[in-house]
Amino acid sequence: MTRRLVQYLVLLVAAIAVVYPIAYTILASFMTPDESAQYPPKLFPSHPYLGSFRTVLDLVPLQTFLWNSFLISAAVMIGQVLTAGMAAYAFVYVAFRGKAFWFAAFISTMMIPWEVTIIPNYLTVKSWGWLDTYQGLTVPFLASGFGVFLLRQFFLQLPRELFEAARIDGCGHFRHFTIVVLPLSRPALASLAVYAFLGAWNMYLWPLLITNSDAKRTVQIGISMLQFQEVTVWNLVLAGVTLVLLPSLLLLALGLKQLVRGLTAGAVKG
Amino acid sequence: MNSTEAGLAVRRTDSQTRRARRMLPSLWKETAVGYLFIAPSLLLFAAFLFYPLLKSVYLSFYLTDPRGRVAEFVGLDNFTALFRSEAFWNSLLVTLKFTALTVPTGLLASLLLAALTYGKLRGMRAFRFVFSLPVALSVSTASVIWMMLYHPTTGTLNYFLTKLGLTPVQWLTDPAWALVSISIMTVWMNSGFQYIVLLSGLQGIADDIFDSARIDGSGPFRTFFQIIVPLVSPTVFFLSVVSVMNAFQSFGQMNILTKGGPAGSTEVFVYSIYKEAFVNYQFGTGSALSLVLFAMIMLLTLLQFRFERKVHYH
Repeated sequence: MTRRLVQYLVLLVAAIAVVYPIAYTILASFMTPDESAQYPPKLFPSHPYLGSFRTVLDLVPLQTFLWNSFLISAAVMIGQVLTAGMAAYAFVYVAFRGKAFWFAAFISTMMIPWEVTIIPNYLTVKSWGWLDTYQGLTVPFLASGFGVFLLRQFFLQLPRELFEAARIDGCGHFRHFTIVVLPLSRPALASLAVYAFLGAWNMYLWPLLITNSDAKRTVQIGISMLQFQEVTVWNLVLAGVTLVLLPSLLLLALGLKQLVRGLTAGAVKG
Repeated sequence: MNSTEAGLAVRRTDSQTRRARRMLPSLWKETAVGYLFIAPSLLLFAAFLFYPLLKSVYLSFYLTDPRGRVAEFVGLDNFTALFRSEAFWNSLLVTLKFTALTVPTGLLASLLLAALTYGKLRGMRAFRFVFSLPVALSVSTASVIWMMLYHPTTGTLNYFLTKLGLTPVQWLTDPAWALVSISIMTVWMNSGFQYIVLLSGLQGIADDIFDSARIDGSGPFRTFFQIIVPLVSPTVFFLSVVSVMNAFQSFGQMNILTKGGPAGSTEVFVYSIYKEAFVNYQFGTGSALSLVLFAMIMLLTLLQFRFERKVHYH
């Protein structure tokens, strides 16, 4: 019994420590400017005040930032699922010359840290006139070595008889890919989709380098700029963070299982 | 059942002989289809990974003008200048310290929380949700939140410290504290992901192992160290590789919270690259730095795999 008590006590303390920064952010964004500046600091707002949200939306185009981030993440997600799906299909079902070599080359891309290529990529994107454009933010990320690997492992588990049967029925590679393999691989595709979307949504260094107008800025850059614009008005910053945070928290609450699958996709041993 | 299988087998050999007869054209066609399918990925990798990697090597032998055009071949000078500069060794040391501060603590804490919440006890679903929460945060939202918490006068952390009768800390402006503060924030931020991965690793272990351990009278410490730790060690290994890589590639929290300061005490490797290339416009030395980072990450990953092969057995 005491053992249980200790367990719950430890968990409670840890839970408070983990939740406090988030709870503080959300609660303080409902305070009036006076309330949030009070000392000693209050935890709960006396009444829900929505003024900070209105002000922050007037000051900073958060909607645009959120929309940009959404567009970019969705494009990267679709792109990675498509390119990785096609490549993985070739590596599993098509017997072509040089397959082993290219597979090794694809796998080796996972070893190259993105930061190592960032200077030449910046110069490339700049020379193409892609600075501050959606192409610049998405195209470099449309392929993924990890995605190819993940999907290949899944395709390998699909029953081989289906492939033979489809071939005998005169089904070409393109139809076999779109009608048989893709529909059967929905769980793996979903995992990769979640993984790719999150990765793009959370990108920081690249959008920081190549965007310089509010029209193309992503939410990650927009949110970190709040602090420079409104240094003194803390609850405006917190209101901005809350607005950005709520959709992700909602998604987490609704889709924890899919998220877990997407996140642990990398942990699957091949 | 049997007859259809046999039928399938017959048809399979049939199709194989048929394929063998038209070997040449079909092989050519297969190769074309194969390259068609890998072409999109291949082109993107070529443009944004392989070419830049070679270009980095090329740039690292040159001095460049601020627009990124090569100005002068300098051989290995960029590298020797790096190894002679104090800033390089400082950022290497800061990165190593940051890794040591964040990876073991984060993994241990997450493993403990996963071990305490994995069962079917009352209220565990709520705890599991709470401990997964930080995964919803990105580097920038997490950094902005902690910037508020760390604020020397209006931040609530110092308020709690004074309440406990301790002296307030200059979290982000004291060179002795800045890296520790960033590490605390980073451990918090990464804990969600680590927790989720470890929890699903634990849930993959069959229940009867824990049941038989309990029947054998194994206490909580013995269960933790002799059953949980060895059984999830592949997951822990995977996480440690990923976390070390992440620590070596961290940038956002330093850029938002401290700008590498005070006195370079939080200037990690990627921040140095960023500063060299995109603040000072030295793309040559910046490339040299990024290649050193590449080499170090390779080396560390290799070491970790060596280490795993030595300690780990199924």
